[in-house]
Amino acid sequence: MKKTHVSTTINGDEFDFLCEPTQTLLDVLRDELQMTGTKEGCATGDCGACSVTLDGTLVCACLVLGLEASGKEIETIEGMADGDELHPLQRKFIEHVALQCGICTPGLLVAARSLLDVNPDPTEEEVRYWLAGNICRCTGYHNIVTAVIDAAQEMRGT
Amino acid sequence: MYELRYEEPATLDAAIGLIAAEAGDVRILAGGTDVLVQMHTDMIEPALLVNIKQIDEMRSIEKDGGGYRFGAAVTGMEMVNHPEFGTDWPGVLDGVKLIGSIQIKGRATVAGNLCNASPAADAVPPMMTAGAIAHVVGPNGARDIPVAEFTTGPGQTALKKGEIVVSFSLPERAPRSGDAYLRFTPRTEMDIAVVGVAINLTLDDGGTCTEAAVALGAVAEKALMVEAAGAALVGSKLDDAAMDNLAAAASNACRPIDDKRGTKEFRIKVAGVLAKRAAAIAATRAGA
Amino acid sequence: MGMMPSPYGTQLPYEEKDTKVVGTNPTERPDAADKVTGRARYAADINLPGQLVGKVLRSPHAHANIRSIDTSKAEALEGVKAVVTRDDFPDLPVQIASGGEIMINFRDVTRNMMAREKTLYDGHPVAAVAATSENIAKAALKLIEVDYEVLPHVIDVVDAMAPDAPLLNEEQFTKGIDPAPDKPSNIAARMVAKLGDVEAGFKAADLVIEREFNTKAVHQGYIEPHASIGNYTEGGNAEVFTSTQGHYMNRAQTAKVLGMEISRIKVTPAELGGGFGGKNLIYLEPLAIQLSKKSQRPVKMAMTRDEVFRSTGPTSGTNITIKIGMTKDGRMTAAEAELNYQAGCFPGSSLPLCMPTAFTRYEIENVLVVGHDVICNRPRVAAYRAPGAPMIAFGVETVIDELAEELKIDPIEIRLINAAKEGTQTHFGPKLGPIGYVETLERARAHDHMKTKLGPNQGRGIATAFWNTLGMETSATININQDGSASLIYGTVDVAGGMRAAYAQMAAEELGIPFEKIRAQQSDTAGLGFNFPTVGSRGTAAGGMAVVKAARDAIARMCQVAARIWEVEEDEVVWEDGAARPASANVGEFEPLSLAEIAAKAGFMGGTIAGHAEINVTGGGPAFSTHVVDVEVDRETGLVKVLRYTIIQDAGKAIFPDFVKAQFHGAAVQGIGLALNEEYIYNDKGVMENPGFLDYRVPVASDVPNISTEIVEVPNPLHPYGVRGVGEVSIIPPLAVISNAIYDAVGIRLRDHPMSPPKVLKALDDAAMKEAAE
Repeated sequence: MKKTHVSTTINGDEFDFLCEPTQTLLDVLRDELQMTGTKEGCATGDCGACSVTLDGTLVCACLVLGLEASGKEIETIEGMADGDELHPLQRKFIEHVALQCGICTPGLLVAARSLLDVNPDPTEEEVRYWLAGNICRCTGYHNIVTAVIDAAQEMRGT
Repeated sequence: MYELRYEEPATLDAAIGLIAAEAGDVRILAGGTDVLVQMHTDMIEPALLVNIKQIDEMRSIEKDGGGYRFGAAVTGMEMVNHPEFGTDWPGVLDGVKLIGSIQIKGRATVAGNLCNASPAADAVPPMMTAGAIAHVVGPNGARDIPVAEFTTGPGQTALKKGEIVVSFSLPERAPRSGDAYLRFTPRTEMDIAVVGVAINLTLDDGGTCTEAAVALGAVAEKALMVEAAGAALVGSKLDDAAMDNLAAAASNACRPIDDKRGTKEFRIKVAGVLAKRAAAIAATRAGA
Repeated sequence: MGMMPSPYGTQLPYEEKDTKVVGTNPTERPDAADKVTGRARYAADINLPGQLVGKVLRSPHAHANIRSIDTSKAEALEGVKAVVTRDDFPDLPVQIASGGEIMINFRDVTRNMMAREKTLYDGHPVAAVAATSENIAKAALKLIEVDYEVLPHVIDVVDAMAPDAPLLNEEQFTKGIDPAPDKPSNIAARMVAKLGDVEAGFKAADLVIEREFNTKAVHQGYIEPHASIGNYTEGGNAEVFTSTQGHYMNRAQTAKVLGMEISRIKVTPAELGGGFGGKNLIYLEPLAIQLSKKSQRPVKMAMTRDEVFRSTGPTSGTNITIKIGMTKDGRMTAAEAELNYQAGCFPGSSLPLCMPTAFTRYEIENVLVVGHDVICNRPRVAAYRAPGAPMIAFGVETVIDELAEELKIDPIEIRLINAAKEGTQTHFGPKLGPIGYVETLERARAHDHMKTKLGPNQGRGIATAFWNTLGMETSATININQDGSASLIYGTVDVAGGMRAAYAQMAAEELGIPFEKIRAQQSDTAGLGFNFPTVGSRGTAAGGMAVVKAARDAIARMCQVAARIWEVEEDEVVWEDGAARPASANVGEFEPLSLAEIAAKAGFMGGTIAGHAEINVTGGGPAFSTHVVDVEVDRETGLVKVLRYTIIQDAGKAIFPDFVKAQFHGAAVQGIGLALNEEYIYNDKGVMENPGFLDYRVPVASDVPNISTEIVEVPNPLHPYGVRGVGEVSIIPPLAVISNAIYDAVGIRLRDHPMSPPKVLKALDDAAMKEAAE
């Protein structure tokens, strides 16, 4: 198929790429830009492994076309740490063994940060319902919830 | 080899023109949470994909007189985050919230949910009971379609060739009104509705129901407005007998199928159960 | 388990001692930083220069002969660089070998990888292409013309066992029946395990209950789809990067189906995004290599989610009958199980592994377990976390509950009365060594969970589980670097991310150095001797055994160097607290030598320091668990909500305790999904209807509660640190424990899996009608 040139901003940096109209943002991130932190679990929006934010909104990258990224601001897992300083969510995930195989972890972290942006003091139930769009098969979710609530507390400074 | 053409028209007229000029299959890209999945799984191979999200009249949600008008490109999360919409139309918002995960709602639209016309679509029953109107524009001009008449079968709508939904209107709320949408799914989230029930009702000062609309989803080839179910509540104070009549009317209206999500008998039974529960919630919201 | 243990196996005995590193939670888990930043490299994240995209054409029929395949149009498409079919792979004779935990036949292995005479399930590979883009590859698949002769198909295990069922293999005659049958059958084998005399045992019982259970196939549901990159280079060598739980077995099978020597293939296991037993068999690797050979470029292949469900290995659907006899004071006198398991389209279900688990929690003199391995038109099964055991427990643990209720004995008490202990004779051969089953029951009985009050329509259930720990071939190397840091090279794939930390902990403990000084790294197939796949909960146990042996080997070598430096005898040097020291004051006044000091001189003193282990670990480590669950049933919709869940499990010794608990959580939640909503649904054409996460319903975060966990530690005497495998045990009880809790809540017993709302509601309605009629 014919390719179109697209300019976009990812984690604060400007990127240019070529993509076919059927390629999704997930395809573009992974195959055109070699940013493989965002994972493909299903490519149909049912698992959340490809979660990114698009102009601040939490979305599945597999349900956004590469062409739609033009002029937008995208945040992926690669932009979560500040240089070599991990984000509190990343640290708490490690501390609370909230990851095992880790394939769902990037999507979960992006989704969790998105939650704390709008709700800095979520209850356990709110965490579970916000993260319902991110399937994890290894952890049973228990430690993930603990980690998010603990990170939220640290981020509130309490 | 398959070639897809993608367009981002800046205006509504440009969009209508593009669609009219295309002989092959045209799909509208709003949220894309149905269209992109269908493309990825090779269910559809559109010749033209028209992105409408950059067209002004599609993007806003605002109070219009006493009611609301919201565009076809307004996302689920935008509706969830609106400061007043959920207070006035909690039942419609119930449906919107259940369309999918936070990620899905970040893109999905009520227009898309309606136009995809799955019999199980979550936004459809409460929009029907709300008396919503779809404002549609096509090559022959503009017209209105009541949402209650919009979906006509699985994947089928009342839209004619070349027409697209531009926005929806919801009427002004009568005082002491409330609506609710409940659905049955085996998991708490992420499932397609096995049964969906929407109820919109109005009570008088004495607590008697003066108006009631009931719509069922996922129990027929399209969402159904069930007059008899609404009638069962009108004139009552939602006492046990009225609720039983409501449940029976809801169950009787079902013409479901057995499929991988539920059996016929399950859907018929649970439609009645959810109708009662939705009515109770709507009544509480109405100030019962 | 299920395989004859080697008489030359290694067992390093348990040493009771205080430990500094083992038994703590390391703050710096080796794999975690890369995973939380998105830098960890899973198979689909790897790219080779010039690579092509490979895709597989799959049969749309449940059962069909292949009359012909015409790939000419696909080959002619611009951008297509290679196409392969059955003609590109040698036909293989029958040859049986162990492949992971399931016995395999290479004639079947090659046919599972690529169909030859016929296609046996919806999704069976028929051809594959490599092209310059995904869209071109997809277009090429559409241009391949396959002439199928559609045949009648059979899906369900009971249907497949019927004498008039459509046959998948006219040459298959049931093994294990004497005299051998002369009519072919879908029943591949009959297996029997026996103890005592069940007929006499049932006669001696005051109460006998017999029940039948049916379960559907379920999938491991790992979030990472399979992906492989094959690169065949001039000179006849191939390298593969792939998602696998066992790269050595993967290499061996890939080599065989390609007709290549093992040494010609190097397999690098990428970081694994979940396996649970489903990434033990070969799928894409031989296709990628062969496409690479034909195109002279690397070929990257990744499955879609749809392909993962349709075409990898779910677990068996089953039909099970359980019969247990008890005296009126609750003593089991006899137990019998008939286990009919569908293996998918080729024989080799997990029966040899799960039959031993049937009644092993209990001391019973008379046991009979009969298993039938049955083929049908579905994908060939793979292991799924304690493969086959949850289904048997569904039967056994609920029948015990029924017996307990009728005899008016508490469900925990009735299990204690019969509990297996040290010395109990199992029904699969060995006697049990020291085990922690009774401890898990007693801790469950005393747990706060049992004191929580239950409300209306709420119920509580108990169920228990047993699973063994596999050993098998394991290799590891420890290299001591010049600066005193240690590189630990392990070959047993770290499937969940905690094993490499546990290895480093054990090595640190042995060497007496801080955890941070050891770097555990996964080896490819070239860098170490054979390692059995990570299955049977063997990762930390067997892998750990090899690490300990390698560490002790390195220590011996370091002591030798110290002896040479000091010019004393080797037996005059000991290793203590991370240094070589003189064995006594008589040896001489020598300052202790650290790793760095020894490593600096090692070259001159004979060669760099490395410790090795290439062993076969035997002995196992029986592990037991007791689960308690509270559920609430919505009588009007049949919805079952899990309110509270408690797991008490004997880990032998927890090397990394928080990770062990995390494994309990994960296994239990998989079990909850299995119990309530997961199932393979086929239509009447034998095509899978729910090959996606929308309608194959795994639990999401809002579906499950927090899970209480307690680790019991009865050390495994056959492991230096007492380790018993932990990963699999806790997926076994959930089916049974939830069924028992539902009964306690609303008085209905479900024996048909999954216990989904329509089934629960129907059972409630049937029970209500029955009551009304009485």
